[in-house]
Amino acid sequence: MPETQPNAGNATGTLLRGAWPAIVCIALLALVPTLSAMFDNPFLIRLFTRVLIFAIVAVALNFVLGFGGLVSMMHAGLFGVGAYVVAILAVHDFDGAPLWIFPGTSNLAITIPLAIVVTALVALLSGAVSLRTSGAYFIMITLAFNQMLYYFFVALQKYGGEDGQQILASLSFAGFDITKRVTFYYVSLAVLVAVMLLFWRLVNSRFGIILRATAQNERRVVALGVSPLRYKLAAFVISGAITGLAGGLWAAGQQFVSPADLSWIRAADFVVMAVLGGMTRVWGAVLGAVVIVLLEALLPNYTQYWQMPFGLIVILIVVYLQGGLAGLFVRDRPTGAH
Amino acid sequence: MSASLFIEQMLNGIQFGVMLFLISAGLTLVFGIMNLINLAHGALFMLGAFLATAFIKWTNNYLLAAVLAMVITAFVGYVLELLVLRRFYSRSHLDQVLVTFGLILVFNDIVRLIWGVVPVQFRLPQAFAGSINLFGDVQYPTFRLLILAVGLLVALGLYYVVVHTRIGMWIRAGASNRPMASALGVDVGLIFSLVFAAGAALAGLAGLMTGSISSVQVGMGDPVLILALVVTVIGGIGSIRGAFVAALMIGIVDTFGRVLLPPALGSMVIFMLMAVILAWRPKGLFPVHA
Repeated sequence: MPETQPNAGNATGTLLRGAWPAIVCIALLALVPTLSAMFDNPFLIRLFTRVLIFAIVAVALNFVLGFGGLVSMMHAGLFGVGAYVVAILAVHDFDGAPLWIFPGTSNLAITIPLAIVVTALVALLSGAVSLRTSGAYFIMITLAFNQMLYYFFVALQKYGGEDGQQILASLSFAGFDITKRVTFYYVSLAVLVAVMLLFWRLVNSRFGIILRATAQNERRVVALGVSPLRYKLAAFVISGAITGLAGGLWAAGQQFVSPADLSWIRAADFVVMAVLGGMTRVWGAVLGAVVIVLLEALLPNYTQYWQMPFGLIVILIVVYLQGGLAGLFVRDRPTGAH
Repeated sequence: MSASLFIEQMLNGIQFGVMLFLISAGLTLVFGIMNLINLAHGALFMLGAFLATAFIKWTNNYLLAAVLAMVITAFVGYVLELLVLRRFYSRSHLDQVLVTFGLILVFNDIVRLIWGVVPVQFRLPQAFAGSINLFGDVQYPTFRLLILAVGLLVALGLYYVVVHTRIGMWIRAGASNRPMASALGVDVGLIFSLVFAAGAALAGLAGLMTGSISSVQVGMGDPVLILALVVTVIGGIGSIRGAFVAALMIGIVDTFGRVLLPPALGSMVIFMLMAVILAWRPKGLFPVHA
């Protein structure tokens, strides 16, 4: 694959040509509340809220995985950090007891940005260590960090320990109640669209070009006089921050957080979503999230032993579906990313 | 901390470390030789424990059951390598992670199908049921001591085989430079099948011994697998010596961390140790590939 200069800036035309699957995807997702009301099936909207939030994580993960070549197995951990920031502050707001010197709050306009900042810091620290290594070492270390965060929240007895923490305070966004099912669904969808645009811009920026070039041939990038570590770390922190944002939304939507949200199985699920969707497209991860969440919701209806077919499907995907689902709809051009 | 508590925790730490070494040995060699990340290694640990409980019910003899369980686990490992994993040596690490993740899910459900979701308890041999006096007032459960002794013996035996015998030399040659070892006439494919089966047997042994002192349940291999990865990474991928040192270190630090530190910190301390060591030596303590 030649590393020619992609049409980074003036891409409006390319956007419309390359982005039709993304637009179709979003349009279909926007119909869900209507369908849910039509069939009087509130489960549908709950299920697809889950799809949207996991899709945000999958898109963020795919930025480092598909475009940066970094197989992070700690995105469930980062997701959980964001969720716990929102939950813990809400708990302190409900109890009236300050967290150290800070008062708790249920205002998502404060807690979600905080979730982003805290998660970005965690990603910065863990990334600074794990990015000193590469390849298999990186996979194993991020997996270990995921487990570390998991055990940390299991040990936090004050916030429910292993059983998790219910959010009893009523959450709002600067006075607006956004936690009603339909409102929350559209808010999540809007966030997903914003996140997809953000990463689409990033992938096609100079920053994204260096990141992609590093994934393809790090030595050549170094030879060009660029130090890739800073770019990889920046990408990891941005990806982590957005994952923290998704975690915050998750806590707000579920009104509940638990260490199960950080389990390494979930971390692997996120990777499966990105890979299944097709790693060379920003919107591919959304498809992956839709399929995986639906599979996990529907398979248990047929058999109690649903993990076996799920595992077999994962294996078959790896063996037979190299380009991911996105590859079924569009062919890859050398200049890559949309 | 009193001297007796210190000795007891030290023994616990060494015992845990030896268990981790038995699991990591296969993992690190498999990675070193074939460049394969095998997350399903933890499933073999679980399988060994479940098979042992079944064989104990059948034969009523712990030793015989343990040997049978190890043999079957080794066979399952051999078949797994032959039928599935062999196809993934040349694929990316990402593909390997996903395939072995899928295998974990399949294994977990197979075990759930056969043995159910309720944790199974081991029936321990009567002779080892109580505890004994070590020195002065230190009481220690006999069975834990037995496990420690067996684990230590197997670990030392393995160390001897890998470091001081001809076949061990071939294994190390394969781990440090596969094409070169192959060109010098070592049948790396055969060596690897043996290593994989032996690694599976050791994971099974660790599983049945760990299961004997805790409980045997679905998914018991997953957290252990991640600790084994930590051991592998700290020791240096492919290094049996590194795995031994790192396993003992992790076992002891984890045990004392849980006793001495507040819970939230105690459960994180080994991962912090890993972070510090890797910040200092990114390729682990005993890097094999120069």
